[in-house]
Amino acid sequence: MSAAILSLDHATKAFGGLIAVNDLSFSLQDGELLGLIGPNGSGKTTVLNLISGALKPTSGSISLGGTEIAGQPAHKIARLGIARTFQLVRILPSLTAEQNVVAGGVFGHVRSWGVEAHDRARLLLERVGLSGRGDSPTSSMTYIDQKRLELARALAANPKVLLLDEWLAGLNPSELKIGIDLIRELRNDGISIIMVEHVMDAIRSLCDRCVVMSSGLKIADGDVHGVLADPEVIRAYLGDDHA
Amino acid sequence: MSVIISGLLLGGTYALIAVGLTMQYGVSRIMNLANGENLVFACFVAFWLFTTFAINPILGIVLIVPLAFVLNWLIYTYAMRPLVDRAKNRGQLEVDSILATFGLLFILQGIMKLTFGGGYFNYNFLAVPVTIMGSNYGLNRIVAFIAAAVIAGALYLFLNHTRYGTAIRAVAVDPVSAGLVAIDVPRASAFAFALGGALTAASGALLSTFYTFNADMGIIFTMKALIIVIMGGVGDVRGAVLAALLLGLAETAVATFIDPGLTIAATYALFMLVLLFRPQGIFGKRPS
Amino acid sequence: MTWLNEKERRIAGFAAIAFGVVALLPLVDQGYYLSISVNIVMYVVLCTAWTLFSGPTHYISLATAAFFGIGTYTVALGIDTVPFPLLLVIAALASGLLACVVGIATLRLSGIYFVIFTLGLAELVRQVVTWLQTNFSSSLGLYVFTDFGEQHIYWMLLGLAAIVYITGWLINRSRLGFAMQIIGNDETVAKHVGIDTARAKVILFIISGAFIGIVGAILAPRFSYVQPPSAFNPMISFQVVIMALLGGTKRIWGPLLGVIPFTILFDQVTAYFPNHTSFVIGIAFMAIVYLLPQGVLGRLEDLVRLRKRFRMVSAEEGNNP
Ligand SMILES: Nc1ncnc2c1ncn2[C@@H]1O[C@H](COP(=O)(O)OP(=O)(O)OP(=O)(O)O)[C@@H](O)[C@H]1O
Ligand SMILES: [Mg+2]
Repeated sequence: MSAAILSLDHATKAFGGLIAVNDLSFSLQDGELLGLIGPNGSGKTTVLNLISGALKPTSGSISLGGTEIAGQPAHKIARLGIARTFQLVRILPSLTAEQNVVAGGVFGHVRSWGVEAHDRARLLLERVGLSGRGDSPTSSMTYIDQKRLELARALAANPKVLLLDEWLAGLNPSELKIGIDLIRELRNDGISIIMVEHVMDAIRSLCDRCVVMSSGLKIADGDVHGVLADPEVIRAYLGDDHA
Repeated sequence: MSVIISGLLLGGTYALIAVGLTMQYGVSRIMNLANGENLVFACFVAFWLFTTFAINPILGIVLIVPLAFVLNWLIYTYAMRPLVDRAKNRGQLEVDSILATFGLLFILQGIMKLTFGGGYFNYNFLAVPVTIMGSNYGLNRIVAFIAAAVIAGALYLFLNHTRYGTAIRAVAVDPVSAGLVAIDVPRASAFAFALGGALTAASGALLSTFYTFNADMGIIFTMKALIIVIMGGVGDVRGAVLAALLLGLAETAVATFIDPGLTIAATYALFMLVLLFRPQGIFGKRPS
Repeated sequence: MTWLNEKERRIAGFAAIAFGVVALLPLVDQGYYLSISVNIVMYVVLCTAWTLFSGPTHYISLATAAFFGIGTYTVALGIDTVPFPLLLVIAALASGLLACVVGIATLRLSGIYFVIFTLGLAELVRQVVTWLQTNFSSSLGLYVFTDFGEQHIYWMLLGLAAIVYITGWLINRSRLGFAMQIIGNDETVAKHVGIDTARAKVILFIISGAFIGIVGAILAPRFSYVQPPSAFNPMISFQVVIMALLGGTKRIWGPLLGVIPFTILFDQVTAYFPNHTSFVIGIAFMAIVYLLPQGVLGRLEDLVRLRKRFRMVSAEEGNNP
């Protein structure tokens, strides 16, 4: 078995009285594509926020290849090689598409600047399906294209770990297929990925393993097909009647 | 001992100013940097009522408060509301309201300077010494402190024990959810802004009984009130009162033991400590 | 690598000529026009330096008077013992240091804390300086005797203006400038792409504060007798905010569009309606918020855009009569 690149150990996040992430432990193997699923409000985005440094955990530890990152500021974590996309897409509206991608690579894990950064940005735009769109203003892009752009930005720093927060949500069936192929390619390139997703078909066809959360707790962790057949998981998603 | 009592007496008036500001910022989300001018304006009105009509400033409050309420309601509706409506995010509203209230600050200051001139003003009201534990204090200061305490107490009861008070607190916590439970958020915001202005004006009228004021002085009070609000935690009435008393004490202590010219430095020292160690306020929860 | 492209070279050439022409002014007039031009160039430098920081971050800094006063005091204290150029360097270091302390205390928090802190900063420094003077020296004021005339101050300010513009241009091309652009767009994204946002803001605030300190130092000989209330005049802070925003902060030359008209207007008001200066300042703030949220610059750019569209439309109409 390969080594864990990222591991959470009893990570907890409380917002006042609400415990959004409750004593959560799991690990991501090097090169693995892990699905993180659970009903709405179960704490998935909060987990990504803890890993990326957007939020500080209330307690517990998170380590990236042996380095403790829990509670570190987001920019340090980014430089250590974790990149992410956001559930509600966040692009930089006053920059062009190409500059948006360059922005991901100038300060991050593997840095580039100047001509080299722009060449790289164009390659990444092509990779996510936006070739030739580098000069277009981002405000006029469709939602899907903005999501692609955000992915390209996340890839610009050549991250070790990529966190995708419902990146496939809102795509139509043909776009979904392209999106799934793209994620698979990234994983084949050796990037370790955690994807939060509600699209079960994508989870089934892509993930090696998945972790299921419900009300902040981990309720299942393992092989995708086994986990999705677990009565407790079905109950968490559909309520008691269906178990 | 006398430093402590003087400090608390001063802090009581500060508390009322800061509570006014925290209503405006905490509920209406408007950082009103003209708050100090509102205060000085009330000083002038109280002065004018007393010197021209011999109206006792404590009674004058009864006239000044409704006037300030209406004036601030109008300011909110016609100047601030459009900014709230056009702001794309909190940051933009913050910048816009800061600039607009700066405008208001200088316009009010201009009006006062034209009407009353740039000199210093004070008047004699209850300027008789009262002896407490061997030291003398002006009766006017004590009366002002008691009046401030009564007003603050009434506000506390209103916010915590009436329906409308609860609605206002709900808007302070979360305007969006408050709107969902059928609270008229724009109206509550206007009301809180007006109420905050009225409270500040009341403290101005009280302050004028023992303080020498001039038309330029508002900004110093705004600054102190802001620092108190931040120390106490935005929107937190209890915190504001405690912070105000602390500031009153710190200032009086510095003025007595070091130099009266260093009161701002004392304010800043406190502010610095709060920013470095408890930016969410003395009673505030850690931000998530 | 080529340093400048065709367009940049043309702009640089044009700017150099403009500076050259403007620098000739003292040869023509030594009276009123020179004096108001000193004011204009002073505010150009102050507002441009202010915009270096406040333009991209949207933090409204009212610390100008504090930096300015520190610069003035540096010269007042050292003029008899230290050579003037060295005093300019010390002024830059001292005000940069103050900017650093203020920045570290406030810039990791939201903008409102910053505004409040800077609002009283000049008053704070003034109190401390006054206290130090009354307790550790004999007099409240300091004489600044130099051989500098109005024209020397003017030339020094012009030189500084050139340096500020070049610095701004270099920052815009640098990684720091790019970082600021990203922060201005979305601070959360900025942090997640690896930008130490607090550090970037503090660095820029230091640069901006240092330039303002130098302006204060250059202006010190004009005061001849320096006292705390005149050196730490809080109105400077407000006027700088107004002029910079009136001009527009999206481009480095934006403030210029606000400084020239406002300095002239304010000069006239001070001369003929001295009791109405507060009104003018108040109305200017209101005008910025309600009429010119992007400044004159924003209006100009709208016009240019409109004209382009108009041309395109008329060209199309010309094609299909
Ligand atoms: N910054 C915050 N402050 C307070 N509560 C929060 C905050 N962020 C999230 N929460 C709460 O934590 C819980 C978990 O939220 P989270 O966004 O992590 O869920 P999620 O699993 O990503 O849901 P979804 O599938 O809808 O995206 C929710 O109850 C949410 O309201
Ligand atoms: Mg989520």
